[in-house]
Amino acid sequence: MLKLLRYLRPWFPDIAGVLILVFGATMADLYLPTLMSDIIDKGVMRGDAAYIGRIGAWMLLVTAVSVLGSVVSSWLGSRASAGFGAALRERIFAKVESFSLEEFDRFGPSTLITRSTNDVTQVQMVTLMSLRMMVTAPIMAVGGLVMALSKDRSLTLVFAVTIPVLLIVVLSIFSRALPLFRSIQKKIDRINLVLREGLTGVRVVRAFGREARERERFDEANEDLTSTYIRVNRVMAFMFPSVMLVMNVSSVALLWFGIVRVDRGDMQIGSLMAFIQYSFMILFSFMMFAMMSIMVPRAQAAAVRIGEVLAVEPSIRDPESPKPMGEGARGAVEFRDVTFHYHGAEAAAIEGLSFVAKAGEMTAIVGSTGSGKSTLAKLVPRFYDVDGGHVLVDGVDVRELRQEELRARIGYVPQKPVLFSMTVGDNIRVGIPDDQVAPGDRVAPGDGGAPGDRVARGDGGGAGEPPSRSDAPADGRSVEDLVRSSADIAQATEFIEALENGFDHEVSQGGLNLSGGQKQRLSIARALARRPDIYVFDDCFSALDFRTDARLRARLREVTGEATVIVVAQRVGTVMEADRIIVLDEGRVVGSGTHAELLASCPVYREIAASQLSEERIA
Amino acid sequence: MSDTARGGSHQGGAGGSGTGASSGAAAGMAGPRPGGRGGHGMGGPMGGMGRPAEKPKDFGKTMRRLLGYLRPHAARLVVVFLLAVLSMSFNIVSPKIQGIVMDKLKDAFVARMVTAPAQAQGPTTLTAAQMADAQRALRSTGGKVDYAGIGRILLTLLALYVLASGFMFITQWVMSTVAQRTVSKLRREAQAKIDRLPLRYLDGRPHGDLLSRVTNDIDTIATTLQQSIVQAITSVIQLAGFVIMMVTISPLLTLIVLATLPLYILATALVAKNSQKYFIAQQREIGALSGHIEEMYSGHAIVRAFGMERRSKEKFDAINGRLRSSATNAQFVSGIMFPLMNFIGNLGYVLVSVVGGLWLTKGSLSIGDIVAFIQYSRGFAQPIAQTANIANIIQSTMACAERVFEVLDETEEPGDAPDAAMPGEIGGRVRIEGLSFRYVADKPLIEGLALDARPGHTVAIVGPTGAGKTTLVNLLMRFYEIDAGSISIDGRDIASMPRRELRGLFGMVLQDTWLFTGTIRDNIAYGREGATEDEIIAAARAAHADHFIRSLPAGYDTVLDEEAGNISQGQRQLLTIARAIIANPRILILDEATSSVDTRTELLIQKAMGNLMAGRTSFVIAHRLSTIRDAELILVMNAGSIVEQGTHEELLAKKGFYADLYEAQFAGPVTE
Repeated sequence: MLKLLRYLRPWFPDIAGVLILVFGATMADLYLPTLMSDIIDKGVMRGDAAYIGRIGAWMLLVTAVSVLGSVVSSWLGSRASAGFGAALRERIFAKVESFSLEEFDRFGPSTLITRSTNDVTQVQMVTLMSLRMMVTAPIMAVGGLVMALSKDRSLTLVFAVTIPVLLIVVLSIFSRALPLFRSIQKKIDRINLVLREGLTGVRVVRAFGREARERERFDEANEDLTSTYIRVNRVMAFMFPSVMLVMNVSSVALLWFGIVRVDRGDMQIGSLMAFIQYSFMILFSFMMFAMMSIMVPRAQAAAVRIGEVLAVEPSIRDPESPKPMGEGARGAVEFRDVTFHYHGAEAAAIEGLSFVAKAGEMTAIVGSTGSGKSTLAKLVPRFYDVDGGHVLVDGVDVRELRQEELRARIGYVPQKPVLFSMTVGDNIRVGIPDDQVAPGDRVAPGDGGAPGDRVARGDGGGAGEPPSRSDAPADGRSVEDLVRSSADIAQATEFIEALENGFDHEVSQGGLNLSGGQKQRLSIARALARRPDIYVFDDCFSALDFRTDARLRARLREVTGEATVIVVAQRVGTVMEADRIIVLDEGRVVGSGTHAELLASCPVYREIAASQLSEERIA
Repeated sequence: MSDTARGGSHQGGAGGSGTGASSGAAAGMAGPRPGGRGGHGMGGPMGGMGRPAEKPKDFGKTMRRLLGYLRPHAARLVVVFLLAVLSMSFNIVSPKIQGIVMDKLKDAFVARMVTAPAQAQGPTTLTAAQMADAQRALRSTGGKVDYAGIGRILLTLLALYVLASGFMFITQWVMSTVAQRTVSKLRREAQAKIDRLPLRYLDGRPHGDLLSRVTNDIDTIATTLQQSIVQAITSVIQLAGFVIMMVTISPLLTLIVLATLPLYILATALVAKNSQKYFIAQQREIGALSGHIEEMYSGHAIVRAFGMERRSKEKFDAINGRLRSSATNAQFVSGIMFPLMNFIGNLGYVLVSVVGGLWLTKGSLSIGDIVAFIQYSRGFAQPIAQTANIANIIQSTMACAERVFEVLDETEEPGDAPDAAMPGEIGGRVRIEGLSFRYVADKPLIEGLALDARPGHTVAIVGPTGAGKTTLVNLLMRFYEIDAGSISIDGRDIASMPRRELRGLFGMVLQDTWLFTGTIRDNIAYGREGATEDEIIAAARAAHADHFIRSLPAGYDTVLDEEAGNISQGQRQLLTIARAIIANPRILILDEATSSVDTRTELLIQKAMGNLMAGRTSFVIAHRLSTIRDAELILVMNAGSIVEQGTHEELLAKKGFYADLYEAQFAGPVTE
């Protein structure tokens, strides 16, 4: 928690303001009962109407000061906490965006999302609460005690009993309730899990006629949740009545002892009334403080989780003196004795791996699951750093290049297609490196295109019509052509044009409104639009049906030309025509050569081919 | 005053961020969710203040229906109501009783001032009324404090306080059972309902939405039942009680206090209107930001690969900036609520002090009255604010209840016909005649489909994606009802069979390898109730899964987690095969798609499927040459209809769609 406070620094003046204003407002509030007691003791008792009026005016002034202070401090507090929250979110997001897959995998996306959103919200709310109540409560408590002391010293002894009793009551109730609250969260998750499984597996449940079993599982989880809820609510049922009781008993005690004091002439009636009001303020602020102090650990946990993210330094950084890309570089990729472990994994995913993928050639990587194919594909754009050996592009180690420059030369297509919530066209346009895109054509992810984009294309929202490109800027034209031709080669044009709005069709988040094969083709088109020196296709053709796959590959040569093409594949049909096929098994190269050579020499390859091809094809 | 703590106390502790987190997770599963709800997280300890209320479509109807669920608890609710009224009444009279004590004290004090002025400070000038009052005081007290009398009153007061707290405690204790048992029942009904809903409904909407109704919405109902109902009752009683007490003390002073009422209403309305606007904006930005974060994080590799970091950050900053300003405003506006209320309360307080003080000097009011009155007038604002708040809460709760009832009212899968029966002997012959089906009314998907599968035969279904292959599976198992034509098994139309038993005939292994969270053993045993350990192991062996299961550290007791990251996709497939084997079905439905499975596992799967298919009628969505060649019947589907059918050789000889497909699939790249 404290570590995060440095991000709060820009708002220290605001917070100082809050402190001063809250102090003033609280003092003003505390002054009111004294004024009231003056009205009774000095005005009423003596029948001094003018005095009463004067003090009344004073009270109005004081209460006005109080409300003004509160309002301004609320503004400052809101500004500080919202700003603090925004700053934290910004730091986390920037940090996560700088993570290599290594750090990213270590956390996983779901917890990173929670940390960037819910956890920050928790911290932000506690900051706000602190500025609102945690600051008020001690000032109110201390001020109230001082005022009470000034009214009557010996009567404050009552607090020596009531304050500890109140604290014990509040804290013991909370310490009992909090673990229950935590377990409730787990039980809600459990119900969610059972329900979600029942929904996603509904066909299996019904096919096997196991509805009763699902019901049982649900009932169990439901009963568990319900009884925990009842328990926690019963504990919480003590809260309000017992706090009330402590406060009320305290006021009865004060009345009794106060009457004795008044009777002895040690105290005035008005003072006694003021005193009782102070006692409420004091006890109330102690209670607030106790409740707040219990909220802090929850935010503490959130703060720790945020701190963990912020503390991580990305392991992959640009070199201090990056090497430039060689002139006339064409993108040959070489793995030289590469060894790589995933974080925390015992066995190496890739061990002593060497091969060369030449420019102008197609190099295919085949092998069973877990043989390290995808890992290999991810090492080319330097998503991870190797543990041993070198990954070289045109003879330069990727670690000696600027990441951005390296990746600008690579068209990477992941195994699972990832699309963003923007138009189909924009999704493809993402592939085009920044420096080739006219400023107006820059794509903000998830935005459905930058506003300038729409203006430049003069697209007035004509549904169904492909955007007219006649009035596009000079290099906007080439961008559009690039998008079009990439979609064409990726066999995507046909389905895109069948979509409502065609290239302007909005892809929903996660691409839910497209089929797997459609998403994959867009993901391929995106990489093609990059016209890179190196293509990395990570097993992306298997989601396509065979016809589309075949057509797509037939047209691929049009663009790949002199580029290096690395294809990771499951289907032998996909790789048969590659210039070179590398067969991986358990992270090592077990065969390398053309289809025919491998059939003759490599048993692993033969086994794979036998399961997929007809005999005449194999031969 | 301590009542202010109430809104914050357990509402904030429990409901607040707790359910927020889970709703977020649910929303995350289903992508974007209809705006506005599921945002309990941000509210946290702030309770409901200033939160925009969602409006139900038909408040009265929903309310009546929800109350129906409370009927079994009617007796408890009556007790709760009586105790709440009693408890609140005690709270209402206690300031008045304190006032009596004060009067007794003052009488003694005044009497003493008259008899022994030296004891009192300063010069005393008394009005005639005060003189008269002093004389009365002197007569009744003799200048002595009536300790016995005061003591008795204070003891009464103490007893009232204890009873009030005790009753309040009992109401909450009882309500926790009432509320939770009520929603527990509601949750059960919702789950049971989902069981009976047709797949057409379940497939048609995001699961996250349904989940959120059964969890978040029902949770909100629970919180409201638990807290707001009693609060609503007590607030109204308190408001009425305080006004009555004030009127009995001084109708004129009451008028002064009531004069501040419009100010309260004005302030509340002003704050509510603005905060609603800002809270909605804040909620919207939170949604947008979470969406962006989720998207960028889940596509992290692509973001890095295509150098999108800067653009992604720019968009983040834009939303974050908007969120910051709407959050500032929302928090500010909701934050000034309390100071404003306090201010208006203080205005009343000052007016009462001054006017009361002036009257006091005239002797028309006693000091005890003033003391009591001040307490009433200060406590008066609180139930007003609370009532407004509760009205909001109840309204949005009704919206939640409405969503839950919507699910409960959905049309169920039609029941089995009364004369539904299974054919006497199951051979496994499946005939389809003139079958038509459409998901969407004006988009025919399957038209006039016919086929005849003989017992023990394998029917391979091939065709491009989206050709309607999966739909056929849905229809065979009656997950969906056909629009025209008939499907019969051994001569009996499946529409006249009980669904459960019909489905019991089938075993299926789908591409989507659904396994539940639990041990591998339980997952295999899922196929048949009461499967023995031996049967489980035998099934695993037949599915070629036994070996890999035993190589896991916990063997058959390995717990598969939700994402089942601990075993591979291919291994999951083997488990689903084992599950189908143990069910020993007459007819099989297999989806062969093995795109994400490595070749070795694929070989195992192939063998396992071979074991499974032996002697059973099988429908196979075929991707493999061996299956297709060995199939007795190949259905070539395209765009919802069977374009060709026959054996492999027949179809190849035809040189039609199938031959084309076959060529593309097994003959390497086509050069065009």
